[in-house]
Amino acid sequence: MSRRVAITGIGVVAPGGIGRRAFWGLLTAGRTATRRISLFDASAFRSQVAAEVDFDGAAHGLPADEVARMDRYVQFALVAADEAVADSGIDLGHERAALRTAVSLGTAVGGTTALEDGYVLASDTGARWLVDPGKAAPWLYDALVPSSLAADVAARVGAHGPASTVSTGCTSGIDAIGYGAQLIQDGEADRVIAGASDSPISPISVACFDAIKATTGRNDDPEHASRPFDKARDGFVLAEGGAVVVLEEIVAARARNAHIYCEVAGYSTRSNAFHMTGLRRDGLEMAEAITSAMRQSQLDIDSVGYINAHGSGTLQNDRHETAAFKRSLGSHAYRVPISSIKSMVGHSLGAIGAVEVAATALAVQTGVVPPTANLERPDPDCDLDYVPNDAREADVGVALSVGSGFGGFQSAILLSDPARYPR
Amino acid sequence: MSAAPVITGLGVVAPNGLGAEAYWAAARSGTGAIGPITRFDASGYPVRLGAEATAFVPTDHVPRNLVVQTDVWSQYALAAAAWALDDGALAPGDLSPFDIAVVTSSSSGGNAFGQRQIQQLWAESPKHVSAYQSIAWFYAASSGQLSIRFGLKGPCGVVASEGAGGLDALGQARRLLRRGTSAVLCGGTEAPISPYALTCHLPAGQVTTSDDPATAYRPFASGADGYVLGEGGAVLLVEDRASAERRGAAHLYAEVAGYAATHDGRVGPPADGTHLARAAELALADAGIGAAGVDAVFADAWGTEAADRAEVDALRTTFGERLADVPVTTPKAQVGRLHSGGAALDVATAALALHHQFLPPATTAAGAWQTDGARLVTGDGLAMTLDNVLVLARGYGGFNAAVVLRRPR
Repeated sequence: MSRRVAITGIGVVAPGGIGRRAFWGLLTAGRTATRRISLFDASAFRSQVAAEVDFDGAAHGLPADEVARMDRYVQFALVAADEAVADSGIDLGHERAALRTAVSLGTAVGGTTALEDGYVLASDTGARWLVDPGKAAPWLYDALVPSSLAADVAARVGAHGPASTVSTGCTSGIDAIGYGAQLIQDGEADRVIAGASDSPISPISVACFDAIKATTGRNDDPEHASRPFDKARDGFVLAEGGAVVVLEEIVAARARNAHIYCEVAGYSTRSNAFHMTGLRRDGLEMAEAITSAMRQSQLDIDSVGYINAHGSGTLQNDRHETAAFKRSLGSHAYRVPISSIKSMVGHSLGAIGAVEVAATALAVQTGVVPPTANLERPDPDCDLDYVPNDAREADVGVALSVGSGFGGFQSAILLSDPARYPR
Repeated sequence: MSAAPVITGLGVVAPNGLGAEAYWAAARSGTGAIGPITRFDASGYPVRLGAEATAFVPTDHVPRNLVVQTDVWSQYALAAAAWALDDGALAPGDLSPFDIAVVTSSSSGGNAFGQRQIQQLWAESPKHVSAYQSIAWFYAASSGQLSIRFGLKGPCGVVASEGAGGLDALGQARRLLRRGTSAVLCGGTEAPISPYALTCHLPAGQVTTSDDPATAYRPFASGADGYVLGEGGAVLLVEDRASAERRGAAHLYAEVAGYAATHDGRVGPPADGTHLARAAELALADAGIGAAGVDAVFADAWGTEAADRAEVDALRTTFGERLADVPVTTPKAQVGRLHSGGAALDVATAALALHHQFLPPATTAAGAWQTDGARLVTGDGLAMTLDNVLVLARGYGGFNAAVVLRRPR
């Protein structure tokens, strides 16, 4: 029997609210944080809508030199990590604790935004293929390597256990938390600072999704642009943000009387081996990931009281995912409340998986299911209960959060209330 | 506890050899590949040397339609993976697609592809950005493409810890094998020699500005002032022991007997060997052996005086009075540092060393070693009995990892 894993701390930096309380308030009120892009002049782009974080690193306690050196997505993670660690009440000041503390953080595109800024500077706004090495900004190497994320968080919290960045595209957040849980299960660490962060709202990222028409074109109605499962959905809304959780070996967490949000009862991932961006309609591989996570948990399918969907609002995803729920959960898929918080906070690529795990953990703990905003007329192909527009009280107990990403990756994580489901 | 996983197939793209066989011949004889950068006109850059995999012609190894939509870093991975599967004689149908996973490491993604597209955007317009930008440059591109190309539906992953990434990918592969996956394509590649990626390396101050290929990268030598960037890496086929034996795997190169990773708790280049020594100690404990059981070490060999001193300190902590008895080698002296590809290549080299019972040398022209009692293998290498080898790796940003490979029994 492998060691079990609890979530004992949560920190969130999300569009519309920094900190888990503001975040949860936004979600349960069904408010949307999508708007016209303000971080740069997006008038020349096809999609001009995003969910942005109003963020000032210095105001959240980051030293000025770190704010100058670190990319925005790293700052999100540091602020979220500070909140999660404080929330958990763990003390990493002891040498012994630090040695057994790991870091597992996800990002899909890492320092792209800073890399683009640096390139514009060093290439005379793209005029030179051979860039001017004399104009290299001092933080460029940190921007190039995504490992900066794990490195900076490990240094910030003083962790000396295993540290790495997980970068599986849009499943990075679930995977980073899943890998973190594996570190505890296998005895490689006793606690893990796990989560994900991305700040991709920059011209190159907007342009690359423009090129494949993956993002919304609803520029005249940004507040209602993210429409998962709705018939009028036309692509995802790009977002930024980050979330960090503290994972702990459950016996140790109980021994120190920690507040336990939930247990990580199962985690699994599969690949579709089909297409870098395309999805088959049958949802087979996501269903396999869900089934595998359920099997690990040894919980009954009927115990699942909530599904936090990937729900990106692209035409193909929402159908694919609906099929995967039916394939893996059978008739229970029609009974369980399902929602997509991307309708409110957009799709922050690698970060969103961790943001959604945070939301799912809060749903397990509070018994409130956040809604799917902007769901007015459901797509006939999406015929499950997506909790339209208003939050709902529900007997959650066990909840599933899933993600799907470029590269064909499909991930599922299962959270449960350990008091009710002792396994 | 089930038996240790085994390495059953090797695929290598290295500056001094394409394919495991050609690479091993070069590594064994100490054939180097460091020379002037030819990928672009680097005359205006402070760094002008590199170790390029110039023999690699993408269309020789990767279908033309796939070449168009990938960066060369993924093309190295596609070629190396094909070789690893071929070497391991793992045919489609031997295992369920869900039982085979891919775990790669990346440190700078498809940077040349990305640079081209950012330039298109800024010099032309958003409409000039390629539809393949979204799938070619991001760090998961190689794992995704390997999964698709070879039909692998298992739990695919991507880890990044700079130069330690190749070992951390192996660590993650092991976690998957423990959880029931039968086989993992595992490794890392890197293509860091593009104008902008090279520029990004400059502020970190770790790449040498030397113009003499013979002495530019001289890990553990007096006056070592940085490393040379190299291209390529390795992909290994790593399997559950019982599954490999069941399907009759052709080779058992090595057992992955132990692994551990630690973090310095500070960022920047290595400055202290404390947590590297701890990674080694934990990996040895994981393998169930003590330092006395180690026959040879594949060093991280950063190539600056400060980082090399930290590594020797770690070796002294690990081996104590045995320090002078344990041969330490670093075949990467011939090919530079390949970042995510480097540690994966070291694992391939170590597996080949166990297979051939031969320790390849570190060859550089530098004479004054600052190994402070450690025994660096130079010259013609060493034919010797190798049962357990320790592979060390570090990454900029405070990452340490260690792997113990064992001769299969």
